[in-house]
Order: sequence, then C-alpha cells, then structure tokens
Amino acid sequence: MSDKFKVTIDGIPVEVDPGTTILNAARQIGGDIVPPAMCYYSKLQGSGGKCRTCLVKVSKGSEKDPRPMPKLVASCRTTVMDGMEVQNITSPEVIEARKGVVEMLLINHPLDCPICDQAGECDLQNLGFEHGAAKTRYEFDRRTFHKIDIGDKIQLHMTRCILCYRCVFTADQITDHRIHGILNRGDHSEISTYIQAAVDNDFSGNVIDVCPVGALTDKTFRFRNRVWFTKPVEAHRDCDHPGCNGKVTLWYKGEDVLRVTARKDVYGEVEEFICNTCRFDKKKTSDWVIEGPRKVSNQSVISANHYETMHPLPVVKTNPVLQEANKEQFERETRL
Amino acid sequence: MGRKLLLEHINVPGINTFDVYRSKGGYASVEKALKMAPNDIVEEVKKSGLRGRGGAGFPTGMKWSFLAKPEGVARYLVCNADESEPGTFKDRYLMTYIPHLLIEGMIVSSFALGANTSYIYVRGEMMPQIRILEKAIAEAKNKGFLGKNILGSGYDLELYVQPGGGAYICGEETALLESLEGKRGNPRIKPPFPAIAGLYGCPTVVNNVESIAAVVPIINEGGEEYAKLGIGRSTGTKLISAGGNVKKPGVYEIDLGLPVEEFLYSDEYCGGIANGKRLKAVVAGGSSVPILPANLFLKTANGEARLMSYESLADGGFVSGTMLGSGGFIAYDEDQCIVRNTWNFTRFYHHESCGQCSPCREGTGWMEKVLHRLEYGHGKMSDMDLLVDVSKKIEGNTICPLGDAAAWPVASAIRHFRDEFEWHVTNPGEATKRNFGLAHYADPLPKVETKVA
Repeated sequence: MSDKFKVTIDGIPVEVDPGTTILNAARQIGGDIVPPAMCYYSKLQGSGGKCRTCLVKVSKGSEKDPRPMPKLVASCRTTVMDGMEVQNITSPEVIEARKGVVEMLLINHPLDCPICDQAGECDLQNLGFEHGAAKTRYEFDRRTFHKIDIGDKIQLHMTRCILCYRCVFTADQITDHRIHGILNRGDHSEISTYIQAAVDNDFSGNVIDVCPVGALTDKTFRFRNRVWFTKPVEAHRDCDHPGCNGKVTLWYKGEDVLRVTARKDVYGEVEEFICNTCRFDKKKTSDWVIEGPRKVSNQSVISANHYETMHPLPVVKTNPVLQEANKEQFERETRL
Repeated sequence: MGRKLLLEHINVPGINTFDVYRSKGGYASVEKALKMAPNDIVEEVKKSGLRGRGGAGFPTGMKWSFLAKPEGVARYLVCNADESEPGTFKDRYLMTYIPHLLIEGMIVSSFALGANTSYIYVRGEMMPQIRILEKAIAEAKNKGFLGKNILGSGYDLELYVQPGGGAYICGEETALLESLEGKRGNPRIKPPFPAIAGLYGCPTVVNNVESIAAVVPIINEGGEEYAKLGIGRSTGTKLISAGGNVKKPGVYEIDLGLPVEEFLYSDEYCGGIANGKRLKAVVAGGSSVPILPANLFLKTANGEARLMSYESLADGGFVSGTMLGSGGFIAYDEDQCIVRNTWNFTRFYHHESCGQCSPCREGTGWMEKVLHRLEYGHGKMSDMDLLVDVSKKIEGNTICPLGDAAAWPVASAIRHFRDEFEWHVTNPGEATKRNFGLAHYADPLPKVETKVA
C-alpha cells in the first residue's frame, strides 16, 4: 500500500490515493469533520475554491516538508500530500474564518426561507444554522434583483444566489452549449442569459439540482409544497434519451408526483444527471417503476415526515416494498 | 545622487525612436545575451538579486528557474503592464518615454526562458502607450531584433501587445492569463502555478514591466555589478512614482536603501511637502499597502531611520511597518482626511473585486458602506471594531491577493488613526462640512515609546 498517501484530519488517519483533495479525503472518513462545501461539486470539473467555506488549516505540509501552510487553504482544491496533517473543526482559526465566510454569504442573502422552495434542502440554510450568528451586523439594504425566467421551466431568482458558479459549470459540461453566465463583477455580479434568451436544451434542468440555494427553481414545483411534506421515492423509467438513464427520485404528496429530481447523496450532489423529459414531463406514477423509499438522513427535516402512518399513500398501498418501509418507519416513530 | 540604470537616457530627445535608442547603447544586451547560454542569463539574474517590481517582491531569478521545461510544449513570457494600482504610474512612464527598453528586456528574457511567443498585456486605458509599443515593436522588427532568426542567431521571437479589458484584477497574474486567453478575468485557483500551467496550459512566466526592463542593465553590466547597488536583499534601483502633496510629483529612479527622509525632502526627489505644510501620513507602495503616520514612517519603532527598501519599510510588520509594494508613493499633508482617503481606497477595491470568492465580493462592499457612513457623519463608535473584524475575515481567506489589498489599508488606517475616525463619529456636523485632518500625526514620536512585540 505504498502508493497511498496517509493523511490525518482532525486526528483521524485515512489512506487515500495521490491526487485526492483534502475535502474528498475527509469525505472518506465522513461525519462531522467533513468541511462544508457550497461551490465544490465532485461531478463538475473545475468547480470549487470560490465560496471559501471549506477552508481548513494544514498544520503539517507533508512527511518531507513538515512546515505548516501559511494561510488557510480551500480543502476542495488542495490535494493531499503524504503525511499531511489537517485541522478542520479542531482549529479555532478555521471555525472563526468559516463563521466569517458564512456571515459574508448571508449579508446579501434575502433570508426569505419561509417562502423559498429550497428551504429544507438548502445548503446555505444548513450552513447558516450550524455556523451563522443569530443576528446580522449588516445594516444596509441588501442587493436585490428581479426574478427572471431562464427557460420555460426554470426560474432564476438572483437575489438568493451565492455565485457558486455550479450552474455555469453544469451548462458547460453537461449540456451541449451554455448560454448563461456571470455578468458584471464584484457584488454586482449576476447569473444571467444576457439578452433574456431562454435556456433550452435537454439537460438544462440539472442546474436546478446543482444550485445550493433557491436561486434556480423548478417552475413546475414552485410553491406547490414544502419539501418536508413530500415523500421521496426512488424510481426509474426506460428513458430513450441517450445521455439519461432514467434513475430519479419522485417526490410524492398524496398520490401526486409533485416533482422529479435526480438522486442526491448525503452531500447534496446528484448521483447521475437526468434529462428534462424525466424531470418535467413524467409526473404520473404510471410513468415510473417504483424501486423503494429514498433514504434521507435522519438529521434532515425531510425525514421528519417521511411516511404517513395513519393514512398511507395510495402509492404505498399498492407497492409491497413501500409497505415494508412504511412499517419500519412506523415502528421507529412510535417506539417512544 | 544615485546611478540611473533604467532612466539614464530619459531626457535624450527622440529616445522613444529606435535609432536614437540604439545610438545610446540600446539593444547591446540583446547582442550580448544571444551569445550566452539561456541558463547563464537566468543565473546572472539570480546573482543580481532582482526582486519582482510589481509589488510582491519575489526574486525574479528564482521565478524563472521554477519554469517547467517539458519537451515539445511551448513556453511563454508575459509582461504584466496592467498597472492600475492607485498611486502607481511608473510602468506607464517607462512605456511612454522609453518603450525600447521594455522591448529589449523582453527579447533578452524570452531568450533566457526559451519562449518564442511573448505578450505584453497592457491595461486597456493606456491606449497611447499601446500605440507607442506597437510602433516600437515594428521598428525593432524592421531592424531584425524581432521575428525570425534574430541577428542571425537562429532564435525566433514574436512579441505581441494585448490591450486589457479595463479591470484592476487583470493585474493579478492568473487573472491576466485568463484575460489573455480571452476569458473572463477571474483569478485562477493556485496550484497549479503559472510556472507549471499558465497561458493555454503551458509553462508561463509573468513579470512586471520594470522587472523586465531591469534585466537589460543586469545583462549589460553583470549580475554582481547590479547587486552592488542597493542594500541587503533589496538590490538595484527602483522606480518610485511619487504623488500626493509633494512639491515635485513624478517618477524617480532611486537606489534601494535611500533614506525616506532624503527621498521626501531633498530637492533632487520630491522636494518636500507642498505649500509649506507638514507631512501627516504616507502610503509607501501603492494603495494596497498599510498607511503609516509620519512619525512611524520616517523612523521605525526602534528609532532607526527608515530606508526605501523592501526590508526597512516592512520593519515592524503590520503593527508599525508597511511595504514597498509597487512603488506608488503617496504623501498626505496635515490637512488631509484619512477617513475619506480610506473610504476612497475601499471604494476602489469594492468596484474592482471580481466577485468570484465570497469574502472579497461581499466584504469589500460592506467595508465601503460602513466607511461611507463614517465619512458622511452617520457613523457609530462600534463601526471601527466592525471594520477591523471584517477586514480580518477577508484577509488571507481569498483566492487572490486583492482581498488582502483591500483589507490592509482599512486595518492600518484604523490602527494608526483611530482618533480621527472617532472624531468623525463625535463631530458629524463638522466632519461633513470640511475636509478634516488631525494634525498631531505630523509631530515626532513622544520620547516614551510603546515597545512593539
């Protein structure tokens, strides 16, 4: 195993392949020591390094060169060295810097979570909850923009955007051409299509999934429901689009499929990108083959109301896999 | 009277034309260098101890030796002429009056690095200088100093001038490369450093105009000879662009190690403070370095006379020192308002932040708003602590040094001129009516000094 690098993150050793970033090494360990990431997206090349929430302290550079790095580094873009020692939550300096970054991200954020569709599955909400201060020190008007429709199914609410550039990378790498990008600079920067052209291609809907906040939302789902009232169910269909394998998560409310998204892992990253037909047009149970319940972390607000107990959904009644899951859920909820 | 290396012939009429420049010994270094081995030129520059003149002061020879040299991959030299730091105008001066010096330096440096295509990235606002450089390049090409087979040595070099799009951030080397590639000028995340993967993914060296120009005297006279000028690790001469309330603003070439008092008050250089006023504060190296009050600027905290050198100006760290930076020397007389000045600098950084990483994008705007409030009489006593805290949150946490550059002037102004900020809060009416300055910073330091840790 000599070709593996040994890294210690917050005192926990892990062996990773050379070229792995500190963030991915931490994800191999998992748990609380994983730095939060707002802009990094493992499926998108070149993403990361911008939001600065994943800053960590390298207290020992490597076995060969044990000097610590002079500044905090962005863990999503810094590759590990053999013998590197990293401090994340054990370093007060990192916690302080992260608090600062969260404050910066929030000073121009509208904090309209009560009316935002992303609430409940929003990375910024989680981050603010963990690291943010209860009160803001910012006493000026916040930056606002008009909502614009970029494409007939996608709405852009720039006011909420944290400029992570993920959607730009998605359009570059997943779709065949990109027509939206960053205009202007500094804190006037905005994502836009410049002359209000519509984003129109088969994979454009993925920008909704990669958006860490509620800036890009699905117009077929906007204001339909809170995500924690819906129940995620894994399903697939035989999609005839060559780039899409049709594996999705359906979000049920009652017997209706309210929205379709790609399957997201614990870090909010999709497992595989899906096409717009699957996402926007197939909203009947009969379009899909149900696989079973989607596991959502117990920490998430979405799992709080995962399966109704008294009145199972019509879809649960007819599907043995879901019935079984419903029973487990019911037992867990009623144990106390 | 220091020796002039770069500006020796600056007053010769017609020095901006090839023939006059050549008759004054110009392009001799090209003839000499083409007979040398490229590695010897790099060694020569290393020996000279030349440090990057763009602001950071990184040894140029060292930077050159880091350049990766994989087989079959082009290498590039890019000259950073995107001089936009408030207070700095030395590169523009050099390009306007003696453009061939830069071109000569570019040829020698490109040869040393093995680059066959080199670029001069000029700030977009400097259109006249772009025209001057293009004319000079055409002249040099005509005489066989550029193009194919230079002076029969078999070495080819194409030199291009690229106008920038008008952003301060494009002076950051990786943002400059992005811009040169035709993309949005966002700084890249390092590593990889440009020496490994720079322009078009190829190894690239980015140097300041003055650094490249300084290669000419180094080759002409030898690195050791050059290293005799200056003091300690600050070797050679430096162009200082003096501005503000001095009697004779302008670009001066000084030997590094010149006492600041001499630079400021002697008739050869700035000639003292204009209108018989007293010096209050100095920004020694362009807007991004910490501002110092007169008493701390003329003498270090230990009571030694401060010199114009990388080390002496940085003496005392950020507590009581500053930096040489890019040589934009701004002097303030006793009537100038530091709060307004700080607000003005921050306004600049707010405007020029690229918006890529969050601390700088949001923090510069926040600081600007708070400083604006202070300057216009709506400030609070807690604002000073808020500003210091915000600047700390930005400093060191950003992708590129613009965040640091935005944070330092604010932090240092509050550190050294806190009572002036407080005066703006307690006397809002007066503060809005006149340009206020507390004059006592011009006084010498009291006898009992606070020992700096």
